[in-house]
Amino acid sequence: MIELLAAQNAVSFPVLNALIIVPVAGALAVILLPNSRPELIRPIGAIFASIAGALSLYVMTQFSVHDPGFQFQSIQSWIPSLGINWHVGVDGISLWLVVLTGLITPIVLVAVDPHHDPKPYTAWLLLLQAGSFGAFLALDLFLFFVMFEIVLVPMYMLIAGWGYDDRRYAATKFFLYTMAGSALMLVAIVSVATLSSGSQDITFNVIELAQRQALSTNTARLCFLAFVLAFVIKVPVVPVHTWLPDAHTQAPTAGSVVLAAVMLKLGTYGLLRFGLYLFPEASVWAAPTLATLGVIGVVYGAIVATMQKDLKRLVAYSSVAHMGFIVLGIFAFTTQSLEGGVLQMINHGLSTGALFLLVGMLYERRKTRAIAELSGIQSAAPIFAGFFTVAMLSSIGVPGLNGFVGEFLVLIGSYETRRWWTVIAATGVILAALYLLWAYQRVFHGEPTADDEKTADLSLKEGLVLAPFLAGIVFLGIYPKPLLERIEPAVNNLISHLEHHSDYVQPDLGDPVVVEGDHGSKDDH
Amino acid sequence: MGDLQLVGFVGPSVNWWALMPQIILLGAALVVLLVSALAPQRASTVFTTVATLCAASTSFVVALGLWNDVKTDGPSSSIASAFGVDGFSIFFTVLILIGLATTALLSHGYLDREGIDPPEFHALLLCSAAGAIVMASANDLIVMFLGLEALSIGIYVMIAMHHRRSEARESAIKYFVLGAFSSAFLLYGIALTYGATGSTNLVHVRNYLDVVVFRDQHLLMAAMALLLVGLSFKVAAAPFHFWAPDVYQGAPSPVTGWMASIAKAAGFAALLRIFFAAFASHDVDWAPIVGALAVITLVVGAVMAILQTDVKRMLAFSSVSHAGYVLVAVHSASAAGTSAALFYLFTYTLMVLGSFAVVGAMGSDDEHPLSRYSGLGRSRPVIAIGFTVLLLAQAGIPTTSGFIAKFQVIAAAVDNKSYFIAAVSMFTAVIGAYMYLRIVMAMYVADEGEEGPSPVWHWTTSVVVIAAVSFTVIVGLVPQFLIDFAEDAVPILIRG
Repeated sequence: MIELLAAQNAVSFPVLNALIIVPVAGALAVILLPNSRPELIRPIGAIFASIAGALSLYVMTQFSVHDPGFQFQSIQSWIPSLGINWHVGVDGISLWLVVLTGLITPIVLVAVDPHHDPKPYTAWLLLLQAGSFGAFLALDLFLFFVMFEIVLVPMYMLIAGWGYDDRRYAATKFFLYTMAGSALMLVAIVSVATLSSGSQDITFNVIELAQRQALSTNTARLCFLAFVLAFVIKVPVVPVHTWLPDAHTQAPTAGSVVLAAVMLKLGTYGLLRFGLYLFPEASVWAAPTLATLGVIGVVYGAIVATMQKDLKRLVAYSSVAHMGFIVLGIFAFTTQSLEGGVLQMINHGLSTGALFLLVGMLYERRKTRAIAELSGIQSAAPIFAGFFTVAMLSSIGVPGLNGFVGEFLVLIGSYETRRWWTVIAATGVILAALYLLWAYQRVFHGEPTADDEKTADLSLKEGLVLAPFLAGIVFLGIYPKPLLERIEPAVNNLISHLEHHSDYVQPDLGDPVVVEGDHGSKDDH
Repeated sequence: MGDLQLVGFVGPSVNWWALMPQIILLGAALVVLLVSALAPQRASTVFTTVATLCAASTSFVVALGLWNDVKTDGPSSSIASAFGVDGFSIFFTVLILIGLATTALLSHGYLDREGIDPPEFHALLLCSAAGAIVMASANDLIVMFLGLEALSIGIYVMIAMHHRRSEARESAIKYFVLGAFSSAFLLYGIALTYGATGSTNLVHVRNYLDVVVFRDQHLLMAAMALLLVGLSFKVAAAPFHFWAPDVYQGAPSPVTGWMASIAKAAGFAALLRIFFAAFASHDVDWAPIVGALAVITLVVGAVMAILQTDVKRMLAFSSVSHAGYVLVAVHSASAAGTSAALFYLFTYTLMVLGSFAVVGAMGSDDEHPLSRYSGLGRSRPVIAIGFTVLLLAQAGIPTTSGFIAKFQVIAAAVDNKSYFIAAVSMFTAVIGAYMYLRIVMAMYVADEGEEGPSPVWHWTTSVVVIAAVSFTVIVGLVPQFLIDFAEDAVPILIRG
C-alpha cells in the first residue's frame, strides 16, 4: 500500500527534483535580498535549507522499505543529441545520505556565524546542499559528474572566503586535487557510454549501463580505475589524502562540518554506486588493493592523528581513519560489511560533524585550537565537555553509540572475506580510543589556567544545535534497525549484481544480523 | 580548330544576396569614414558605435535569412564557386557579427577614455570583420587568403592606434612581422596545393583527391604542412604561439578580445574547411600531426599560463590552451569533432570577450598585475561574480558553457579512440584551472589595505558582461539549441 502511495507521489510531485531546486532557489532569494536587510539573510537561508531538509525527511517516510531498486525516479530529457537525461532516483544506499545532507545544512546555517559577508556565505552553503543532493540522487553519469564537480565551487569559496590564515593554499589544493581526480573520470564516463552503446543509442543512464555490461574486461578495468581515482581522492584514501587536513583545518566551521559529513561521502558513495555497480568484475579484481589502501588509511590516519598538536587537524586525521574503515567494508563485498559501510557513512557524518562543530565553538571562545594551550576546560564548561565526550565516544566506537554498530558490522562482515585486513583494521578501533581519549584528557582535564577558567559553557542555542547530532548518535547506537532495514535490500541487490557479473560468491554467513528474528514482521509494512 | 576565338569576357554570376553580410559591413565602414570626413565636427563615438551596431544587426538579419535559405535549398556557392554559402559559413558569420557588436560596445568606453579617433577604429573593425567572414566562407584558397589579409591588416592598425603607448606599437609591429611571416607559409602551402592538385578551389581539391591516388605524395604532404603551420600561427597554436602573449599584452583590451576570439575563430574556420573538408580523404596523414600539435598546445598553454603574473598574459596563454582544445576536436576528423569545434569556438568567443571586457575596465596601463583585482569581490561584487563565472567557464566547470564545450571535445576524442589525447586535455584543464583560480582568489581573498584601484566602468561594458555571463550560464544549463546549431552547420563543403 505504501509502495503504491509512494509511486503515486513520485508521479504527482517530483520530490527529488524539488530537493535540488529548493536550495538553489534559496540561494537566489538570499542573493536578491536588499542590502538594507542583513538580518533577514540567515533566517531565509535557514528556512530554505530546512524546507529541503523536510523534503528529505518526507522522502524517508515515503521510502518503500523492502524495495531494493531506485524509487521516486524522475527522468527528463536534457541534452537529447548526446543521450543525456536529467535522471534522479533514490535507493537504500543513497537515502540516508540524502537525509543527512538535508538535516546538516540547516543546522550548520543556524549554528555557525560567518562573522562577515553573510549573504554570499549563506548562498554558497545552500548551493553546496543542492549540489550534494544532486550528486547523491543522480542516476545519469553526466548529471553525476556535473554535480560531483560543481560542489567544489561553493566549498572552495567557503574555504577561501571565510577560512583561516592559510586558506588560499588550502582552498586551491582542495580544488585542484579533486579536479585532477575527476579529470580521468570524465574520459572514463564518455568511454563507458560510447563503448557500451554498440548498435544502441548512446546513454549515460547508470541503470542501463550497469545492465548492459558491454565493456571488455580490460576496458572495464581501466575505466574502473579512472572512476576509482576520482573517488579515492574524495574519500580520501591514503596516499592521496593530503588535501584533507589542510582543507579541514583552514575551512570555517560550517565548511568543515559539511565537508566531513557530506562531501567525503561522495567518494565512498561513488565507489558503491559507480564502482561496484557499473564495474562488478573490475571491483572484484581490484578489491584486495583497495581494501589494503583502506586498512592503511585506518592505521595511518590513527597514528598521524595521535601526533597532532591542533585539535581540528586531529579530528581531520580521524576522518581519514574512519573513511578507511568504510572503504574496507565496501571492498569486502558481504552484506554486513556493505551495510556497515553505508551506516558508517552516516555515523561518521554525525560524530565528526559534531566534533567539528564543538571544536569550532571552542575556537570561538578561545581563538586557539592548539591542544597544548588548552587544559581543564571540563571544570569551566562541564556541559560542553559532556557533549564533546558523547561525540568523541561515538567516534571511538563505544558500544551503545552509533559508531560501534557501524564498525562492528564492517568488522564481522569483512572478517569472512578479508580476514587479515580485518585483524589489522581492528587495531584502528583501539588507536582511535588512544588518540581521542589522550586529546580529551589534555584539553578537558588537568589544571585550568586563567584563560581556561573563563571559557564559557554551551549556550542554549549551541546546545539545541548539537542536540540533533547527539540524539542521532544515541538513537542509532541503540536502535539502528530503521536504517539497516532500508539499506539492506539495496546492498543485497548490489551484491547479487556483483555475483551475477563476476566469479565472486558471497560466503554463507547465515542470516544477516539485522533482520534476525524479524522475518515475521516484514509483512506489516 | 586552334584558331583564336574572340569571346567577350563574361564574369562569373554573382549571388549578391549571399554576399550581403560582408557588403553591409564594408558599406558601413565607408559611411563611417565619409561622414567623419565630411562632417564639420569630428564624428562622435556614439555615432560610430551606433553605425557599427546597426551594420552588425542588419547583417545578422541577412545571415539568418541565408541560414533559412541554406536549410531549405541546401548549400550553394557564388562567384564561380569561390565563395561558399553553407551552414558552416553562416555559423561563423553569426559568430563574427556577435563578436563585432561586442567589440564595438567594448571599444565605446575605451576609445573615449584613451582619446583614440573612433571613426578610423570602427572602419577598420568593420573591414576586419568582413575579412573574417570572407575567410570563413571562402571556398577557394586564394579568396581565403584575401579574407585573412583583410582580417589581419585591420588588426595590425587597430593595435597600433593607441599611439601614445609604445607597447601598443611594439605589439603591432610584432604581430605584423609574424603575421606576414605566417602568411608566407600559407601562400607557399597554397601554391604547393595548386601544384599537387591543379586547383586552389577546395571542392576541386577534394574531388581530385577523392579519385586520384598519388604514387608520391610528398608535394601534397608539404602543402598540408605549410598550410597547417600558417594557420597555426593565426590561431596561436604552440609552438607557433610566441607572438600571442606579447601582442595580447600590448594591444588595447578590446582589440585583444577581438584577436583572441574572432581572429582565432576565423583561423579555425579556415583550418576546418581546408583539412576536414578539402583534405578529408587524407585524414590519416594530417590528423596525427594535428593531434600532436593539440597536445603540445594544451601543455604549453596550461603550463605557461600558471607561470605568468600579468593577467593579460595569463589570458593570452589560456587562449593558447583553448586553441589546443579546438585542435583536439579537429584531430577527430569527424562530424562530431567538427561540431564540437564549432560549439567550442562559439562559447569560447563569448567567454573571452566577456573576460576582456572586465580586463579592459580594470585599466589600460602597460602592466596588468594580479594585484589590481585584489578585493574586487568586496568592492564590486557583481563584477567579481560575473568575472568568476567567465573564468570558471574557461576552466570547464559544470553548469557553464565551457564544460559542455569541453565535454563534447572529449566525447569526440573518445569516439575517435584518442584516449591519450582526451586524458591530456583533461589534465591540462586542471593545470589551467590553477591559473583561473589565482585570479578568483585575488578577487575574493584580500587582506586589509590590499585593494586594487576601482574599475573604470562604462555601461556598455555592463551590457557585454551581462550578455556574456547569461549566455555562458544558459548554454551551460540548456545547451541543446547551440548543439543543434553547430551540428546543422557541419555538412559543410558545397559540391560544385
